[in-house]
Amino acid sequence: MNKPFWTKWRHLMFVLLVPLVTSGCGERYLVLNPAGPVARIEQRLIILTIVMVLIVVIPVIILTAVIVARYRDRPDRTAPYMPEWSESKVLEVVWWGIPIVIIGIIGTFTVRDTFRLVKPQLPEAPLTIQVTSLNWKWLFQYPDQNIATVNYCKIPTNRPVEFVLTSDAPMNSFWVPQLGGQEYTMPGMAMRLWLQADKPGVYFGHGANFTGKGYAKMAFDVVATDAQGFDQWTKQVKASAPPLTKQGYKNLTTKQDIVGKQEFSSFPPGMFEADIRINGGMYMKHQLKEATD
Amino acid sequence: MPASVTNFATHFFVLGDPLIYGADASIVLVTLAILFVLTYFKKWGWLWREWLTTVDHKKIGIMYLIAALLMFFRGGVDAILMRTQLVWPGMHFLQSEHYNEIFTTHGTIMILFMAMPFIFAMFNIAVPLQIGARDVAFPYLNAISFWMFFFGAMLLNLSFVIGGSPDAGWVSYPPLAGPEYSIGPGENFYLLALQISGIGSMGTGINFFVTILKMRAPGMTLMRMPLFCWSVLAASILIILAFPALTAALALLLFDRLAGSHFFTMLAGGNPMMYINLFWVWGHPEVYIVVLPAFGIFSEVVATFSRKRTFGYASMVASLMTIVVLSYLVWAHHFFTMGAGPGVNSFFALASMIIGIPTGVKVFNWLFTMYRGRIRMTAPMLWTVGFIPNFVIGGATGVMLASAPTDYQYHNSYFLIAHFHQVLIGGVVYGMLAGMYYWWPKMFGHMLNERWARHAFWWFNIGFYVCFMPQYLVGLMGMTRRIYDYPGDMGWNTLNLVSTIGAYMMGIGFILLVLDVVYSIFYGERDKTGDPWDGRTLEWSLPSPAPHYNFARIPIVTARDAWWIMKEARRGDLTDVSTTEGVESVRVTQSKQTAPQSLKQSGPLQPIHMPKDSGRPFVLSVCFFIFGWGLVFQWYWMAIPGFLGILASLLARSFEKETSYHIPVEEIEKTEAAYGRL
Ligand code: HEM
Ligand SMILES: [Cu+2]
Repeated sequence: MNKPFWTKWRHLMFVLLVPLVTSGCGERYLVLNPAGPVARIEQRLIILTIVMVLIVVIPVIILTAVIVARYRDRPDRTAPYMPEWSESKVLEVVWWGIPIVIIGIIGTFTVRDTFRLVKPQLPEAPLTIQVTSLNWKWLFQYPDQNIATVNYCKIPTNRPVEFVLTSDAPMNSFWVPQLGGQEYTMPGMAMRLWLQADKPGVYFGHGANFTGKGYAKMAFDVVATDAQGFDQWTKQVKASAPPLTKQGYKNLTTKQDIVGKQEFSSFPPGMFEADIRINGGMYMKHQLKEATD
Repeated sequence: MPASVTNFATHFFVLGDPLIYGADASIVLVTLAILFVLTYFKKWGWLWREWLTTVDHKKIGIMYLIAALLMFFRGGVDAILMRTQLVWPGMHFLQSEHYNEIFTTHGTIMILFMAMPFIFAMFNIAVPLQIGARDVAFPYLNAISFWMFFFGAMLLNLSFVIGGSPDAGWVSYPPLAGPEYSIGPGENFYLLALQISGIGSMGTGINFFVTILKMRAPGMTLMRMPLFCWSVLAASILIILAFPALTAALALLLFDRLAGSHFFTMLAGGNPMMYINLFWVWGHPEVYIVVLPAFGIFSEVVATFSRKRTFGYASMVASLMTIVVLSYLVWAHHFFTMGAGPGVNSFFALASMIIGIPTGVKVFNWLFTMYRGRIRMTAPMLWTVGFIPNFVIGGATGVMLASAPTDYQYHNSYFLIAHFHQVLIGGVVYGMLAGMYYWWPKMFGHMLNERWARHAFWWFNIGFYVCFMPQYLVGLMGMTRRIYDYPGDMGWNTLNLVSTIGAYMMGIGFILLVLDVVYSIFYGERDKTGDPWDGRTLEWSLPSPAPHYNFARIPIVTARDAWWIMKEARRGDLTDVSTTEGVESVRVTQSKQTAPQSLKQSGPLQPIHMPKDSGRPFVLSVCFFIFGWGLVFQWYWMAIPGFLGILASLLARSFEKETSYHIPVEEIEKTEAAYGRL
């Protein structure tokens, strides 16, 4: 890395100024640089909570320093000494009160956003992508386009994307910080995560829940382009990539290895649903329904 | 060599890594050295009589302390190894498999085999002395608790060189930790080590719960107890009600692994989410089990070294108890991202944040205990004052994590790592070190050196911020936890480098601390008074170290800060009180009127009823070890005799009649005279 000297030391400065790191200073802070509505809701809530907790954190740290400095036991100390003073209704009410108010505010916004993020208002039909975490790679299937990719996926900008998540390996977690927070991928289950990109870009994604030896290499890209570019890309994959066969899928799952990016022009119909079923979905009727509807 | 032997050897011993060979060599050398020293100095009998068979809470406390420090060292070496691997992307210091084993054992050891014995050390050392008791309620059980912990810890530590360490994380989620993905004995080591030491923890919880409720000296009402005892009571309640969940989770996972059951596999109708729930139903209370005693220690230390009554005692007790109740209601905040509905996530988010309120109140009360006091910056006080900013930041990031939608972004990232290290190190470790410095003279009869202590503190404290503040940032940059290597183009490199430097600084701090201990054993100032800090609670009324029976006469307690009041009454004046505000002088006069003349109450000494030492807790725990070892490798020829040994030990105990004896008055007189207290 040939960055100028000062950019490196900028990090050190942040170390000293942690409390001040509240908003997008530096595009490296992926969580604070949202590229879509979900991540933006989360980023705003993050900033709100940081500000609210700082209302307590900063005064308490200052108060600690002041008290320790002022009441240190020194021979010439003139500060008042009241060894039996141990109660004050007023003070107690104040410091039960302050945290209650602050938690009240954070709590209100938390609940609001928790509900907001469940399922977005969808102005148009979402693009569905079925995601399977494998050892140690990510498989993305596009049921409507009937194409599949490994370790990256492409999405159109400004259109909600419905990720349906499962795992054919130990539980992992699907996380694309700039598009929104994570959700677990679990064998035998299908979970939903709606994300959307506002602008074209390559967004870093990584498995977030440990799955063994090759886990550290489970990075993937989410590439957002405009709708036209997306259509072109699907056509190109359809035309040029090999199909994903049952055997090909088996190789992906059973060979516990790390692979690069791949594309497939088709995949066996119903493979994703079948995968959930044989991994235990058959015992959870509602999960099967989730996966198929 | 026949193939079967080589085959066995390669599976049994972990081969092919210089680190492991190093560990092998050091284990063999240390063992040989210990055996040699014991034999050469003819100390075997002494070891057995004085330590292995003891039921004395003070000695058990010391053994817990030594074990905790050793485990702190082991876990710390793990940490240094990990930070070395992460110093820069593309390092080839540890391979993935070893990194995974090391973070797993690091987490497991630090929580279960460092923090837990450390708090138990403090329980044992201080509680009976503070409440004016001669031992805990069940001394025999106390010894069992210690040895179960000890052999559980042994089991886990040996896995590094024999059979292979667990490598599925300290949370050990199936399916990763299940039979399909964790092949070999590693995960069994984890399950059995935790199970065995968990029985010990349960015993300690019950023991101290009963001790505190039933063994207090006359006059010591609950609201006159030192706050440390309150915090132990709170932690004991948490242990008693939380550990069964862990026991169940571990046992069911063990059945899945050894007996082919399907509790936590999705196949055949099991469900891994059940394990995750059970684990955290224990796991969240567990973090409060270890931090509440630290809170208790801070309360003692702050009052003593500010020479002032604890501010808002009732409020402190109320917040402890609120935390106890709330900490059972928040476990799902460890998996907001497992797909629960918004109602569930909202509930657990709010409940978690609400815990921040009583916690915050405690911080204010500590601050106002110092306010208008006379603060002496001794070693225990340094760790206490260092704790406050740490915990305020750690609690604040806890509240941030508790906000479910934002947790979707922090979860499993380095932000989370920074949070819990800030509360666990800044809270628990600082608290235990404060307690160690504080009660060290009571345990060993000499002080720890203050100069060394200051150096140790500053290296550790500054190292802490250098190590963990960057981790918050790198978490916000998207770095996930539990990765042994990371991409070099994400802007994470410098922060990781800084973090590693901080880890080494903390390592230096720890070494200085050990040197302080070694130095002070030889040159530390001897404590002749029994009350080196001008303390406030009953343990300081005793000589250091306290005699075997603690109190020659059980004290009669008339107020909070019982020893302070007694000293005050003996001084018989108000000169210390330089304030003229009415309330204060009234209160002092009151306490003066009700205080006894001195601790040396009149009346003849009585013979003292004491529990007999016993080797059976040790034997019982060895049998558990054998049983566990057999199960780890599924050697039933070994497990079954181990199990029979357990039954035999239990049976033998129930036929034992003479479990106690009386110390005659002459012996008490002799001991007291030796202390100059007659
Ligand atoms: C103000 C009070 C606190 C709140 C609101 C809080 C909140 C949280 C939350 C929400 C998480 C889960 C984050 C995630 O997995 O994404 C968490 C993790 C954790 N917290 Fe806290 N916390 C608090 C205090 C503490 C204390 C006092 C301790 C220990 C002494 C502690 C130890 C931990 C540990 C060990 C973990 C992570 C365990 C793991 O995943 O390996 N926390 N905390
Ligand atoms: Cu928790």
